Amino acid sequence: MTATAPAPPVAQGDAPKPALLELRAIDVFYGRIQALRSVSLDVADGEIVALIGSNGAGKTTTLHTISGLIHPSRGEIYLRGQRINTLGAERIARLGVGHSPEGRRLFQRMTVRENLEMGAYARRDREGMRDDYERVYTLFPRLRERHSQLAGSLSGGEQQMVAIGRALMSAPSVLLLDEPSLGLAPVLVDVIFEVIREINAKGTTILLIEQNARLALKNANRAYVLETGSISLSGPAEELLNSPAVQRAYLGV
Amino acid sequence: MNNETEPAAEPAPRAVGAQVATPYRLVSEEGLAPRAPTGGGAAARRVLPAFRAAYGFTSQYFPAILLVAIALTILGVYHSGGLTLMGQQVRNALVLGAIYALIAIGYTMVYGIIELINFAHGDVFALSGFYAIVIAEALGLDKLATSGLGGLLVALIVLFTLSMIAAGLTGMLIERVAYRRLRDAPRVAPLITAIGVSFLIEGFLLVFFGPDNVATNKANWITGNAFSAGGVAVGFKDIFVVGIALVLMFALGAFVRGTKLGKAMRSTAQDRAAALLCGININRTIALTFFIGSALAAAGAIVYSINYGDVQWNLGFRLGIIAFTAAVLGGIGNIVGAGIGGFLIGIIYVFGGSLAGGEWAESLIFAVLVLILTFRPVGLFGIDVGTRA
Ligand SMILES: Nc1ncnc2c1ncn2[C@@H]1O[C@H](COP(=O)(O)OP(=O)(O)OP(=O)(O)O)[C@@H](O)[C@H]1O
Ligand SMILES: [Mg+2]
Repeated sequence: MTATAPAPPVAQGDAPKPALLELRAIDVFYGRIQALRSVSLDVADGEIVALIGSNGAGKTTTLHTISGLIHPSRGEIYLRGQRINTLGAERIARLGVGHSPEGRRLFQRMTVRENLEMGAYARRDREGMRDDYERVYTLFPRLRERHSQLAGSLSGGEQQMVAIGRALMSAPSVLLLDEPSLGLAPVLVDVIFEVIREINAKGTTILLIEQNARLALKNANRAYVLETGSISLSGPAEELLNSPAVQRAYLGV
Repeated sequence: MNNETEPAAEPAPRAVGAQVATPYRLVSEEGLAPRAPTGGGAAARRVLPAFRAAYGFTSQYFPAILLVAIALTILGVYHSGGLTLMGQQVRNALVLGAIYALIAIGYTMVYGIIELINFAHGDVFALSGFYAIVIAEALGLDKLATSGLGGLLVALIVLFTLSMIAAGLTGMLIERVAYRRLRDAPRVAPLITAIGVSFLIEGFLLVFFGPDNVATNKANWITGNAFSAGGVAVGFKDIFVVGIALVLMFALGAFVRGTKLGKAMRSTAQDRAAALLCGININRTIALTFFIGSALAAAGAIVYSINYGDVQWNLGFRLGIIAFTAAVLGGIGNIVGAGIGGFLIGIIYVFGGSLAGGEWAESLIFAVLVLILTFRPVGLFGIDVGTRA
């Protein structure tokens, strides 16, 4: 594949950083229904970017398109300047996109440990892997206790931990998280978001979907608002948090 | 409205795009769950509760009922023929069961990973029997095998290796040509191509090897009695057949549980999209599943050849359906279940046939198939066993 380098994105606010992930004018169809309309977004190295929007706006579709589970009918996706939108999901995962999908989708009849092993499937560096198991177990001590339990028999919160842990085990350069707080008690939501910030602090870039716009905007550097398949707003998270349009539509103010 | 609290309910996971179907893919478990019969009308309403209760009871205690029925059949054989006949039939049942088990595993593995009843699998078994004939002839293995113990060992190793590889590659080819492109099509589509492949193989065998029994020249490979007890002679052949089946099944179990590729197979079976997101090459994993299933069928075909001495073009059709019943009995998708199911079906076939007359043996197996599908479509062991693929 020849890789045309995308133009460096201009990050609002801070000094411009190189784009790690860039979507350019993506169109996605399910049959004849258009789910995404010319969606463009970029994620710079080291950022937490949030993607918010109401039900059915196309957030999950966007992540699936990045991971290659769905292919866009128009537009391009670049990872570190390499065009990935024609590659298969398995190749994209190996290039460094970790994805904790909507609904968690654990391997229910495999143990916690085996789920994490599957996350590291494409890796060969034994030492790095050992460190990463340790890292996941340190982030989620609960999982260490439960490492030989079948994933399907875990509580919802524990399953979410496994889903994030599994995505982390591939040592991704960008981590896609689809509603990590869904169905969790408030205490656990705080724990998960603390972990997300910690993961980010250690150098992993994060693209995050959240129903809960306030939570997302409080934790992200930048955000995009998706409305029926197109980006309607974008900017630094703080700005969006204070923008009247966002407050009216998503924050219930 | 305060958005700080989370929605309590989780949305039902749903299909996402062309490559991704139902999220928990191994087996659409709703489809397999026993269904209460539905019906209307005043009379039906009066009868129905009793009927439902009877259905529920049978469904729940199906394994126990089946085991009791099998025990009674065995007792019946003992009653009519004494200990010697019973012992001989136990030996026969184990030998036959071992072969069914080896075939059943291929059905169950393929169903486990792509939810396809691979109708061509029985024919891959028969085809492998002919592969073994051709390979043995080409390499002079039949002469080598009867030249002494060392020669026999070499001949067996060569024959198993080459036939299993040939069958495995055939299985992969079938998947590649007939099933892969239909993986996300409605389920009847690959089912129909599977039947097509089955006809194709049978037609090929009929044209090349003719409609008559074909001697495998392997009936004299392993001879002699290992021991005899109570008038029951147990041949080295019998021990060999059952031993090979057990060794291969345990090896497969260890592979699926303990190796990276085995785990990739299990995860692909459970959630294909999630496996892709983990960087697992699902095409290769599915191809591997076909390779292993077909290779085990070839092992079954070789022990069949050695044990029974000849094969026919339509052998796959006959044994295939019986082995498929074994897979359903053990819970389709469940590898250990298929192994156990194979031996149980062997017992039902031999003892049932012994009691009711050999011509009834196959009908009996189909009756068992209908009963399982009616009362216990999940198989003897239910859904939630950790041994599923
Ligand atoms: N497999 C599919 N087939 C057909 N339509 C689909 C499919 N998946 C999603 N859609 C449609 O595409 C649109 C976007 O769905 P998507 O799942 O991306 O929304 P979302 O923003 O993630 O919503 P939510 O917050 O409810 O998860 C919806 O209208 C949905 O009905
Ligand atoms: Mg979604």
